[in-house]
Amino acid sequence: MSIILKDISYIYMAKTPYEKIAIKNINIEIKQGEFVGIIGHTGSGKSTLLQHLNGLLKPTMGQVTVEGQDINSKDEAALHGKQRVGMVFQYPEHQLFEETVYEDIAFGPRNMGMEEAEVERRVKKAMEFVGLEHEQFANRSPLQLSGGQMRRVAIAGVIALEPAYLILDEPSAGLDPRGRDEIFGQIIKLYENTDITVVLVSHNMEDIARMANRLIVMNDGQISLDGSPADIFRDCQSQLKKAGVDVPPLTLLMNKFNQRGLTVDESVVSMDAAIDSVLTAVRRR
Amino acid sequence: METFITVKEMCHSYTAHDGQQVMALDHINLSIYEGEFVAIIGANGSGKSTLAKHFNALLLPSSGQCLVKGLDTSDHDNIWPVRQRVGMVFQNPDNQIVATVVEEDVAFGPENLGIEPTEIRRRVTESLKVVDMEEYRHHSPHLLSGGQKQRVAIAGVLAMHSDCLVLDEPTAMLDPKGRQEVLSTVCKLHKEEKITVVYITHFMEEAVVADRVIVMNSGKVVMEGLPSEIFSQVTLLKELGLDVPVAAEMAYRLRQHNIDLPKKIITDEELVVTLCP
Repeated sequence: MSIILKDISYIYMAKTPYEKIAIKNINIEIKQGEFVGIIGHTGSGKSTLLQHLNGLLKPTMGQVTVEGQDINSKDEAALHGKQRVGMVFQYPEHQLFEETVYEDIAFGPRNMGMEEAEVERRVKKAMEFVGLEHEQFANRSPLQLSGGQMRRVAIAGVIALEPAYLILDEPSAGLDPRGRDEIFGQIIKLYENTDITVVLVSHNMEDIARMANRLIVMNDGQISLDGSPADIFRDCQSQLKKAGVDVPPLTLLMNKFNQRGLTVDESVVSMDAAIDSVLTAVRRR
Repeated sequence: METFITVKEMCHSYTAHDGQQVMALDHINLSIYEGEFVAIIGANGSGKSTLAKHFNALLLPSSGQCLVKGLDTSDHDNIWPVRQRVGMVFQNPDNQIVATVVEEDVAFGPENLGIEPTEIRRRVTESLKVVDMEEYRHHSPHLLSGGQKQRVAIAGVLAMHSDCLVLDEPTAMLDPKGRQEVLSTVCKLHKEEKITVVYITHFMEEAVVADRVIVMNSGKVVMEGLPSEIFSQVTLLKELGLDVPVAAEMAYRLRQHNIDLPKKIITDEELVVTLCP
């Protein structure tokens, strides 16, 4: 069970003066149960890549298969393949449009042709998942909520589709630290309690380091690194710099200790582990 | 130091969806001094943006006063002079660019002020040079990166000859490189052009470079001081739903383990040098 991208290339505005190769010769397999973080500077091809995962963009060359099904073919099975993949765009609250929170979240499941009872079950479950009280919010206008609440309604709309693969493009952009922790807390909970696969694009290296078990670094339309976040952040700092991305602030700090002769572990991803490592080093001295 | 913006007992209230009055700003008293770089931090909904929008009369106080260079923003005759002095840059780079060519976008403000074309040209060149975007003057803005767009927006403010720049989360939608571009441009304007800067952000490592940090919560100013004074109060900031820079948090936690460290440590360099002398 996986999403397989085989020899994917995508060219924007082909055969015009603005022709641009956005991604070239991408080969990856996203396996079920993985939590994949994707990083790369603006224009590195991250978003183009994401949009191939559920058929929003059709590759100029190559093939995308979801659980063995080519999602760009024209048959019914391709549609089912695409429906396995739920996509939360950047600033998803801009896409809210219904009159009530309930209706907005119900839009997707209804579109998939579900019975009203099933729709209701899914809306309730999705609202519970994102921490919105059904009683309190179901009949409110989604457009009059706070930014963080709107973001949660939008995410609930995708969760209600019960995707096997959840793709999130910068879900925490513009949220304050508490809002960010809430959203990520819910995503981690979902990941741990179900067999969902998560693909997360973020500029926040700290979050990626903390959550993902696989990291893909994009640069110039290609995959420049692919491996465990701890290994990449510890061993590939120069390549990361070349790819125009930062290492997490904690790794950077640990790196500075080492440079000044205090031997600490640079692969730590949590503050607790970092404190332990620094304390051990200081006391050893 | 002379004050640039003075806020006295200012409130801003509005009617919420359920008909109740909400106090978005609750008796704020505040001064921004000329040439100062002030960072404002606070959780979503704490009133940061509402406060900033009063600085150039996009919003008017429900009660109390907001004075810009002594001009009361509530006096209708003062609106244009106030907006000429205080320029605003918003979060979304795509929402604030109006023209189809970079130089025309920068010229939009001065054109509206009725300035001579030769003078406009001079100002556009000068402003684009300051934000390091001159080579893009004939480009189409929609093909620029987010950081470049924000710098064009800043140039637009400079071309108005504003002497105060208010930025409302200008880096929230940018990647790390874009964020760095915008922040260093703002620091340069502050240092070299003596521009007064009010900088709203969720990124604590950006607030660290300011002269003074103001912390807002529930429509009130709850803390105010040097970055080192603010960010050393780790528990208080966390209670307000805010972050602290990594070095400040580590220093705080190490102190709890009886490692002797001064309270004012908030940057990596300070921490590393103190621990490894």
